[in-house]
Amino acid sequence: MVDAGTVQAVEFTLNGEKTKATVESRQLLVHFIRDTLGMKGTHVGCDTGSCGACSVIVDGKLVKSCMMLAPQADGAEIETVEGLAQGGELTPVQQAFHEQHGLQCGYCTPGIVMAATFLLRRNPNPTEEDIRRSVRGNICRCTGYVNVLRSIEAAAQAGRAGAEEAA
Amino acid sequence: MSTPSIETPTETRSTIGQNVPRVEDRRLLQGQGQFVDDVWMHRTGHAHFVRSPHGHARIVSIDVSRALSLDGVYTVLTGEEAKEMCAVPFFQIAPAPAAALEEWPLAVDKVRYHGDAVAVVLAETRELARDAAELVDVEYEPLPAVVDTVKAADPDAPILHDVVGTNVAWHGEYDWGDIDFALQNADHVVEIDRLHFHRFSSTPLECNGAVVHWDPGTNIVSISSNNQMPMFASMVIGPTIGVASNRLSFTSQDIGGAFGIKIGSYPQIAALALLSKKAGRPAKWTEYRTDHMLSAGQGNERTFLDTKVAVQSDGTILGFKTRAFDDAGAYLHYEPLGAVIWTQVSPGCYRMKHVHVEYTETMTNKCPTIPNRGYSRLQHLWLTERIIDIVAHELGFDPVALRKQNYVQPEDYPYETPNGCVYDSGDLPRSLDIALEMIDVEKWRAKQRELGHGSGKRIGIGIGSTLDSGTNNFGQARIVNPDLPFSGNGEACFAKLDLYGEVNINLGTTPQGQGHETTAAQVVGAILNMPPDQIQVTAGFNQQQNTYVAFSGTYASQFAVTGLGAAQGAAEKLRAEIIELAAYALQADADQIEMADGMCSVRGDAERAIPYIGIANMIYSNNAVLTPEMRDRLSLNCRHVYTPPFQVPDPETKTGNLTLTYASQIHACVVEIDEETGEVKILDYAAVDDCGKRIHPQIVEGQVHGATALGIGAALYEAFEYDETGQLQQASFYDYHALTALDAPDIKVGDIESPSPFTPNGAKGMGEGGGAPLHAICSAIQNALGPEDAVVSDSHNPWERVWTLVHSGERGEARGVKVTSR
Repeated sequence: MVDAGTVQAVEFTLNGEKTKATVESRQLLVHFIRDTLGMKGTHVGCDTGSCGACSVIVDGKLVKSCMMLAPQADGAEIETVEGLAQGGELTPVQQAFHEQHGLQCGYCTPGIVMAATFLLRRNPNPTEEDIRRSVRGNICRCTGYVNVLRSIEAAAQAGRAGAEEAA
Repeated sequence: MSTPSIETPTETRSTIGQNVPRVEDRRLLQGQGQFVDDVWMHRTGHAHFVRSPHGHARIVSIDVSRALSLDGVYTVLTGEEAKEMCAVPFFQIAPAPAAALEEWPLAVDKVRYHGDAVAVVLAETRELARDAAELVDVEYEPLPAVVDTVKAADPDAPILHDVVGTNVAWHGEYDWGDIDFALQNADHVVEIDRLHFHRFSSTPLECNGAVVHWDPGTNIVSISSNNQMPMFASMVIGPTIGVASNRLSFTSQDIGGAFGIKIGSYPQIAALALLSKKAGRPAKWTEYRTDHMLSAGQGNERTFLDTKVAVQSDGTILGFKTRAFDDAGAYLHYEPLGAVIWTQVSPGCYRMKHVHVEYTETMTNKCPTIPNRGYSRLQHLWLTERIIDIVAHELGFDPVALRKQNYVQPEDYPYETPNGCVYDSGDLPRSLDIALEMIDVEKWRAKQRELGHGSGKRIGIGIGSTLDSGTNNFGQARIVNPDLPFSGNGEACFAKLDLYGEVNINLGTTPQGQGHETTAAQVVGAILNMPPDQIQVTAGFNQQQNTYVAFSGTYASQFAVTGLGAAQGAAEKLRAEIIELAAYALQADADQIEMADGMCSVRGDAERAIPYIGIANMIYSNNAVLTPEMRDRLSLNCRHVYTPPFQVPDPETKTGNLTLTYASQIHACVVEIDEETGEVKILDYAAVDDCGKRIHPQIVEGQVHGATALGIGAALYEAFEYDETGQLQQASFYDYHALTALDAPDIKVGDIESPSPFTPNGAKGMGEGGGAPLHAICSAIQNALGPEDAVVSDSHNPWERVWTLVHSGERGEARGVKVTSR
């Protein structure tokens, strides 16, 4: 007989909001985010941690949410793509993807945008190699990565320009 | 150029040719897209398919009792039960004897490939459905498998479909011109024993999925899915599950890539409809990646035997003869249409007059094929490009000069091919010059000369010349089966002026990232003289709302012609109604009415004006002001069906105009081969696209990038391979190496615009790309090999194959090529 496992209570912060839920111990974080919390922006593209469509930021680190169990999120701070734009205003990363045609079908996009966001938070001055490496765990079948890389470069430039203006 | 003035406010709002912001982006960037897995209904169960672990086996028994005993499992549907619920098997395109093939939504009696579905479970959660599927006990009796298309044609091969009695799905001879005369009289005949085009798939990042509800109240079967050709899917599944088309309701919004592969989800959708009927609740299916790799459909694999090419000593290539064996996999999904679709480009980019292909399509114990980006033409274009490079290699011609000499020349258009297809426009030699300039070919040639023996590295320069034929004439189906009542093509569009004067456009083209909402708004905006961002284009597809057009959809590089042609026609009808109503209201002649920014006015008298809201008001809520005749005739709801100007092809001679437009892509690349490891590194890459008038250049460029990356991946990394028992060796992204950001080169894109004389807007459909990187990379590897060395005979060139090519000691005819000169 298959053992569906136990359930447990978890408490965490999702895009700044405190949230409580009961989860199956074996449930993947991505299915928890999508099916239980109803946040549909985080996508599933593979079963194997290969494609990065489900990337989210957990406690400041980029995580493929199909590679983490939901109970492991207990006490964590989770950011998903829905948490980026505030009041409908795109972040510089999202804006750059829009301007540079860094997305086509948009399925891999939330994961790639989270990876790019993570990169630029840690490293506002990435080299071309840094940019390529930042999305090496994300598969995109539409763009050939050309405009994805251009978008991240443009977002980095916009971020630097913004920082200079502020200074 | 006219100067705008107050007196003549005819300033155009046209954005055709401009990179307006994509409408789709904002929702997709914020995670607000609506993909199939985002659809939810009350009482939904999750479906999971039980799949065969064997390549070929008899089903001895299926026991579902352990699965049903799990709490939360709603039901299990087996192949036998599904068959009993069906009226007829899926309709077959093939003529006899393959027409007798019986395919049901789930396998019955036998499984014919690794991943063939024998049952489907419905349960409360996706995890539980997967658990329960493991508890379905299926006893199999394994049978010998056949995985090679040439062997499958052998009468002694294991037969997949006993009722057909042969594995041959289609066989026929294409004979245009007089190849035997050409071969007898040519200065040189180059013979190539075997060329092999491998299996791969564009593996869209979103797998297949559907939420199917057989509503017992209305008896309507609603299907939210990401199927990319739902009109075709309903044509196939309606009769099988016994549901009239007016009770089938396909819908979709955002689709996470498709590339042709998502034409193939109809058997699963049919099974889900029956499952939903049985369970009395909606069935939701989200395919796992491994299931996708095993069973969603793969691209066509093709082997060319005994190719003979007739060449004159001045380099003129007269034509060729070959025996093609195409591998359709275990069932015929959309096949054997591939057996004719390649004839859209029978001489490739070249002025060859004599083409003879004996074509055999067989069924093997492998995943059924389904159209994959560049469907059936990329295999054939790869052949024509290999022919050019091998002829150049064997006879000592310069591959660039040989191409330019044999290309269809700019003054030849419209150019009729030996089988009656009409190449509409283009400039292939100039495209090649631009591509070579973009990679700085002279620099690399110098480098090639510098790199002496012993450096351990070799440099190769390669070219891929392709045509991206778009807008199919479905009459070509009659060439594979004269009894099929198909011909032509079409797409429908509604244009509506809404209650408060808003413009709404409804297209049913199932886009998958091609930006249809954006470009349709551009086209309509140009006609109604308003900015595209003020035009609402309904996203996605809705069978109950969209006009039925059997070949509607986003595939075969047709949207820029069919979809935008429909939008243009509908907008022109709407414009005429708006102007007529404005003229009536303003008591002016129609030709005095000008429209701009949602307002109609009388030329030269800005005071006499009426906003669109006033025009809408006359029709919707104030129609007593109109004459009875106007009330009868005008609705501000305008439909247009665009139909291309096709005739029915001739199945006897296998000739006719099979496709309306021919975009071209000429690629040039530079590779470096490491002699010790066989690694191929791309040092430079350029693609020159000519798709006629470009509506939105940035979207076109994005399509070129995407097609190029998929081709590079296929050429160097991606392959689906089966062992002799029919086990798939690459069933996840661990084994199937999809191109990553670390592998992808920077792709330089150039363009020229040769407008099509045959389309409403001068545009040509584009996006598939013709597989140019496969041709260009093979060409570059060939170029890196010495004059006595091996010929590149496979489209897939991973390190080990390239190493073998470099180190092969075979010389002369042992290499599988032979030259006879007179």
